Amino acid sequence: MNNVFVYIETEGTQVAEVSQELLTKGRKLADQLGVELHAVVAGTGIKGKVEDQILPYGVDKLFAFDDEGLFPYTSAPHTDILVNLFKEEQPQICLMGATVIGRDLGPRVSSSLTSGLTADCTQLEIGDFDDVKTKKHYDNLLYQIRPAFGGNIVATIVNPDHRPQMATVRSGVMQKAIYEGKAKNEVVYPEVSKYVSPEAYVVKVLDHHVEAAKHNLKGSPIVVAGGYGMGSKEGFDMLFELAKVLHGEVGASRAAVDAGFCDNDRQIGQTGVTVHPKVYIACGISGQIQHIAGMQDSKIIISVNSDPDAPINKIADYVIVGTVEEVVPKLIKYYKQNSK
Amino acid sequence: MRLYFAVKEKSCIFAAKFENEKFYFMTKPLKIVVLAKQVPDTRNVGKDAMTPEGTVNRAALPAIFNPEDLNALEQALRLKEQIQGSTVGVLTMGPPRAGEIIGSTVGVLTMGPPRAGEIIRQGLFRGADTGWLLTDRLFAGADTLATSYALATAIKKIGDVDIVIGGRQAIDGDTAQVGPQVAQKLGLNQVTYAEEILKIENNIATIRRHIDGGVETVEVPLPCVITVNGSAAPCRPCNAKLVMKYKYAMCPLEVDANSEFGIRNVELSKTRPYLTLNQWSVADVDGDPNQCGLSGSPTKVKTVQNIVFQAKESKTLTASDSDVEGLIKELLEEKIIG
Repeated sequence: MNNVFVYIETEGTQVAEVSQELLTKGRKLADQLGVELHAVVAGTGIKGKVEDQILPYGVDKLFAFDDEGLFPYTSAPHTDILVNLFKEEQPQICLMGATVIGRDLGPRVSSSLTSGLTADCTQLEIGDFDDVKTKKHYDNLLYQIRPAFGGNIVATIVNPDHRPQMATVRSGVMQKAIYEGKAKNEVVYPEVSKYVSPEAYVVKVLDHHVEAAKHNLKGSPIVVAGGYGMGSKEGFDMLFELAKVLHGEVGASRAAVDAGFCDNDRQIGQTGVTVHPKVYIACGISGQIQHIAGMQDSKIIISVNSDPDAPINKIADYVIVGTVEEVVPKLIKYYKQNSK
Repeated sequence: MRLYFAVKEKSCIFAAKFENEKFYFMTKPLKIVVLAKQVPDTRNVGKDAMTPEGTVNRAALPAIFNPEDLNALEQALRLKEQIQGSTVGVLTMGPPRAGEIIGSTVGVLTMGPPRAGEIIRQGLFRGADTGWLLTDRLFAGADTLATSYALATAIKKIGDVDIVIGGRQAIDGDTAQVGPQVAQKLGLNQVTYAEEILKIENNIATIRRHIDGGVETVEVPLPCVITVNGSAAPCRPCNAKLVMKYKYAMCPLEVDANSEFGIRNVELSKTRPYLTLNQWSVADVDGDPNQCGLSGSPTKVKTVQNIVFQAKESKTLTASDSDVEGLIKELLEEKIIG
């Protein structure tokens, strides 16, 4: 009762990295609250294959639901599992990835249980809350902190009276780490038919095609990112060249993605990927808050911008005032000349 | 010879057409409801979007049709074209008075749409048949769950809906929660992140949807709720004839007897009832006030803050060769790049 739950997402028998990141966060929250960390996973043929990818992150108890029809994911069976399990277990917190699956499943579960859900949280903390209206005091609520209004403000949301307190978090926002403390590591395999009604399997997946990620933007130590100032898809070609010589990856601002200069899987920011590279080179990026929030933890930030007052320059370590057309080729040239 | 008749099989009705000595089975006409939201255009936030005091400058952000809701409208209009007799209605929510500010899910103050019926008109201009504006003071302060409750009760009131379709998410909240929550409240299946409705046959929709790192094709029986991803086909532009037809269409609350549009609306709707758009309150949809607005919202906003980033002491360089080469050398020497 009252434990912290993390929903584990899988692709076949591969556990999603975001789920492991959330286990690490969930472990910290559970320790702070003095409760256990539980995980729930559902799939087909996962028994014996996923446990090692889940338990090391400090899981006290894993509920593994293994049956035909649970992979590929469809909304209803996974909803049934969580809703019925949560009715038994009464968790106080439930975390899931802000992925396509998490954002399909989370709201359905929260609506079934009439519990609150906050999407795309960037921070999760435990704290007290005083309701001004009812004059009631609450201890140890989950602060669900998320950007709002296109990233211009940040709101702290609480769910005072409803359980579980549910939140989704994007991949890369939290950092995963093998738990060094002692966790119980218990695993149970509940009977799926006790949780899922036969009618739940009505949606059929005819074709399921997932490609391995084309790039490792999230984990790259060097990121070369372009904004609307790159001007065109062709403008991005020189960023790919710069990234190639530096052994880095290319990212983009939302404005550049919206303009079609770059694929949306390279978007950095609150609604894209969060990166923590050693070096971040921002080219033609003005620095809307929504973008900065996804890269501000970069160690060294270099901004290339013709506008000396671009907002991103305030958080940059180096500002090169100049056009990207002039500066980027020079960066390539002088790196080639001076490296080795 | 042309012959039309209907047959009942299992729980769904098919219309069949006999033409040129062949039978053509047609799916029964669909009743489609498009969920659409008027949102502040948060994508194009310029320097003037925040006031010097650090609050959101609403005047700098125009109210627009939520982009992914337009993608949803397009899918609905395509179905209407494919399946004869189908209808498309636009369901939207708005504050009771123009300019009124309501608190939304994340405690953000959303701009009161200057003309609440604009979303419906924009739908009609593109080929929708009707629309409903859901508006009541009781809706104020709703989070996604209370919003979904309101929309679900309105959809029940509309009745016999085959497809509820909306954008994946709205750009002022980016939560993507309302679609699945409406589906749950209506007890319907959901398909989120849809890119294209490939076909509807035998009362089953085949839909291609976006998933993380790939695509999926799913089959879902109707009725169902679909949310459409921004990667779907863009919406068609307004049709000039329809703009002429619906130009003066208004919800009763919008009618300002002193404005030119208001006067024209009052005058013309006497003979053209379609110029009076549907406007529903909580009572009109038999809603439970306790499940609406703030009281129906499990989430509460504790605080709202402006984002302040830690400014760094930065070194400013020019684009000259010596500056750029100097920087590269410095980074290499300190083994920051290598």
